[in-house]
Amino acid sequence: MTEEAKDPNSMTIIAFSGDLDKLWPTMILSSTGAASGMDVTVFFTFWGLFPLVRDDVRITGYDPMTKMLAGMNAPGMKKAKLSKLNMGGMGSWMMRKVAGKNKLMPPEELFDICQDMGVKMWPCQMTMDLLGVKASQMRPGLGEPVGAATALQKMSQSQINLFI
Amino acid sequence: MEDIAATVDAKGQSCPMPVLLTSKAAKELAPGQVFLVEATDTGARSDIPAWASQTGNELIESSEEGDVLRFYIRKK
Repeated sequence: MTEEAKDPNSMTIIAFSGDLDKLWPTMILSSTGAASGMDVTVFFTFWGLFPLVRDDVRITGYDPMTKMLAGMNAPGMKKAKLSKLNMGGMGSWMMRKVAGKNKLMPPEELFDICQDMGVKMWPCQMTMDLLGVKASQMRPGLGEPVGAATALQKMSQSQINLFI
Repeated sequence: MEDIAATVDAKGQSCPMPVLLTSKAAKELAPGQVFLVEATDTGARSDIPAWASQTGNELIESSEEGDVLRFYIRKK
């Protein structure tokens, strides 16, 4: 597809952060894009990969260092922290509480809605290898793990490209 | 006003739910059918018209009564 033939109804998001404050807008924009008839793809890479780990998986990694990194980054969407003033979980707990009161859905529920609406969720193969996150430890229904070239190819065809 | 084929109750729901529920309802209707969306999220005031124009569905009429925003939409 040439530059002129970019699809105005295609959105690609590079989710590089696992922070709760980044996860929320990623999920809101993807679900809304799908509801607006867009072809939406989210490529989860680096810290962004941790939220794809199932919430019941406590630790990922293949050696002490990668296991320690997983412990510090708390895999799973429900354990996602705020990037600022998380204060040992107090910040994210308060944010979720306020969101609930205002009927804003938590990111893990928006994620399920996104999947129902056909949003493509692509895990980054390189990050999986780097951090030792196995496909069996991740949420079901994800796309095949891909690399940077596949993500870039998709972005070259999308009119809306975001790095969150 | 024409027959209302369905009503979406998004009252009390926050962004992005009014749009998601609207899209879901539209999928279940036949082209030409009219449906009503009710919301209280003030963001819906611009979001529902934006959704309609993005998806090609026709926003026939919108109104406000107290806190409730009402949108009549004809499915494309």
